[in-house]
Amino acid sequence: MAEHIVQLEKVNKYFGDNHVIQDLYLNIEQGEFLTLLGPSGCGKTTILRMIAGFEEATNGMIKVEGERVEDKEPFERNVNTVFQSYALFPHMTVYDNIAYGLTVAKVPKDEIKERVKEMLELVQLMGFEGRKPDMMSGGQKQRVAIARALINRPKVLLLDEPLGALDLQLRKQMQIELKRLQQKLNITFVYVTHDQEEAMTMSDRIAVLQKGVIEQLDTPDEIYKHPASKFVANFIGESNLFDGVVESVDGNTVCAKLVDGGRMKLDAEGFSAGDAITACVRPEVMGYSLEPVEGFDIKATVKNVIFIGSQYKMYAFLDNGQEIKINRTKQDSNVREGDTIWLHWENDDAYGIKESV
Amino acid sequence: MEDTIKTKRMSWGRRNAPAIATAGPVSFWMIVFVLLPMIYVVVISFMSRNVYGGIDFTFTLANYKEMMEPLYLKVIWKSFKLAVLTTVICLLLGYPLAYYIAGKPSATAAKLIMLVMIPYWTNSLVRLYSYNLLGATNGPINNFLLKIGAIEAPLDLLYSDGIVIVGLLTAMLPFSVLPLYTSIEKLDKSLLEASKDLGANAFTTFRKVTIPLTMPGIVGCILLVFIPSLGMYYVPEALGGGKVMLIGSLIRNQFLVTKNWPFGASLAILMILMTLIMMWIYTRVASLDDLEEVF
Ligand SMILES: Nc1ncnc2c1ncn2[C@@H]1O[C@H](COP(=O)(O)OP(=O)(O)OP(=O)(O)O)[C@@H](O)[C@H]1O
Ligand SMILES: [Mg+2]
Repeated sequence: MAEHIVQLEKVNKYFGDNHVIQDLYLNIEQGEFLTLLGPSGCGKTTILRMIAGFEEATNGMIKVEGERVEDKEPFERNVNTVFQSYALFPHMTVYDNIAYGLTVAKVPKDEIKERVKEMLELVQLMGFEGRKPDMMSGGQKQRVAIARALINRPKVLLLDEPLGALDLQLRKQMQIELKRLQQKLNITFVYVTHDQEEAMTMSDRIAVLQKGVIEQLDTPDEIYKHPASKFVANFIGESNLFDGVVESVDGNTVCAKLVDGGRMKLDAEGFSAGDAITACVRPEVMGYSLEPVEGFDIKATVKNVIFIGSQYKMYAFLDNGQEIKINRTKQDSNVREGDTIWLHWENDDAYGIKESV
Repeated sequence: MEDTIKTKRMSWGRRNAPAIATAGPVSFWMIVFVLLPMIYVVVISFMSRNVYGGIDFTFTLANYKEMMEPLYLKVIWKSFKLAVLTTVICLLLGYPLAYYIAGKPSATAAKLIMLVMIPYWTNSLVRLYSYNLLGATNGPINNFLLKIGAIEAPLDLLYSDGIVIVGLLTAMLPFSVLPLYTSIEKLDKSLLEASKDLGANAFTTFRKVTIPLTMPGIVGCILLVFIPSLGMYYVPEALGGGKVMLIGSLIRNQFLVTKNWPFGASLAILMILMTLIMMWIYTRVASLDDLEEVF
């Protein structure tokens, strides 16, 4: 059994009548990079703040290193936070900012000097120690914030959208750096973002949240291939969803009638006739032809094709108005705007989602 | 040759016309009503007094020497002491109050600030004389204390340093809360969280983050309270009953009663110097734009 560095058990949080976190169970493993991903207002920050101690859970249990921490002050918890706005002390130099945690712990001056130097090297800010934060760029401030949080050698580092304020290019670069840093130090990172690409790039595991509930907690790969709900399927990457009702099951293969007319088949487990099923088909495996295909009856009309450099994106729509996304690396000169196409896919390219409750 | 000079002059005038138009009247006002009188005060502080109470325009340092006499030194020292005490108490009361108000939602905060300002809007003389009535030997406070048996004989509440400080405090507290509130309200709360997150307890956080970052407000408060407290003569007069002589009253007396203008002027210069020193300390602590925000 893997060691759980942070455990949340049946945690609830209310702000007044607003039930922000609902019966949350979350076990975070030592050394993993766990991302809390979800739309704005779903409670990501609140979860981090409860772990850090800035927000009190209304009820439930929070453990860090196996010890209950609900009654501990933030300064008594062995976790540190990187704030979205950096929250660097403007009246202190970079050196004093980074040294802060050690200074208040009354660590001897020589040791502080040594460890600050170590941190400056780690985040590649040698030579900046005398500067004030307002003389630093966004990316540099971010590094200071990370160094400042890491100098206490926390067991867990909490990061709340740390790259949110950076431009795209710098963000991509920092994503890689952060990931490298995390692997090198072997510290548990709990990372908050609402950028699914960022989450996919960096995380060992992702917890997809919606309205204070974890919809799915798994590896990026698993979540992408086997989304647990329509919400997850839509939130992580692009997807085409087809709602249907199971007609017959033959071994692994499920044949279903589409709710809005038509039929489809796919490989799915745990379904029986009469069940509701949603087929999730990613744009890159969405197939089409100019003639109907055995087992499928889904007609669509091509809207347009856009070339975005790495691929061609074809948009079509069903009779009920639903938009269909199809991605290809090569252009298909046989299909034009207004053409009728018939959708289909390989049985194992689709994933069957049980209608979420 | 002459022409070019002329055009140059004109272009200078044109170029600076907006600046002259906007700053001109103010500068004129300041020169006529502040700078010139100040220069006059400096000048007469080095003159001597003639027997008729006028000014004899012969240079002397006698006024400044006179200040060194124990009688006056005592008054100056006492004024300084009371002003410092008032300032310290204003800070100690004003800071927590401002901190409390800054923690409230802005609508509530605005109402609370109004409450703080109300004493300032009531006529200060009326207020001061009402203290006289309240604190009189047979006034409500003494009567109440006698009735509940807390004291046996009426307390001598009036005409003491204590009541003067109370008077100064009620006059100055609104001014102390405003600059403090402004700077505390500006304080980014996530910095306090960051401090706690890094292992500092509430006290250390207050000392290392809150105080330094609200220093402009603190110094602003000191300036706004200390300087007026030093010179405010009607408070000690109304409450001290002439028993408590402070530098403000002393200066007034020199000008209006004793008719020793040169000596009064030299005392005024001393006060201005004390003020300037405070201002200088302030600019060392706070940057100029912070200064603008406080006032
Ligand atoms: N201090 C607070 N008082 C009242 N409600 C709050 C407070 N903090 C958060 N909330 C509410 O709790 C919910 C979750 O907020 P939270 O900040 O955790 O969201 P988030 O997932 O971090 O969103 P974002 O991506 O926008 O940062 C929101 O509905 C928010 O309005
Ligand atoms: Mg947030």
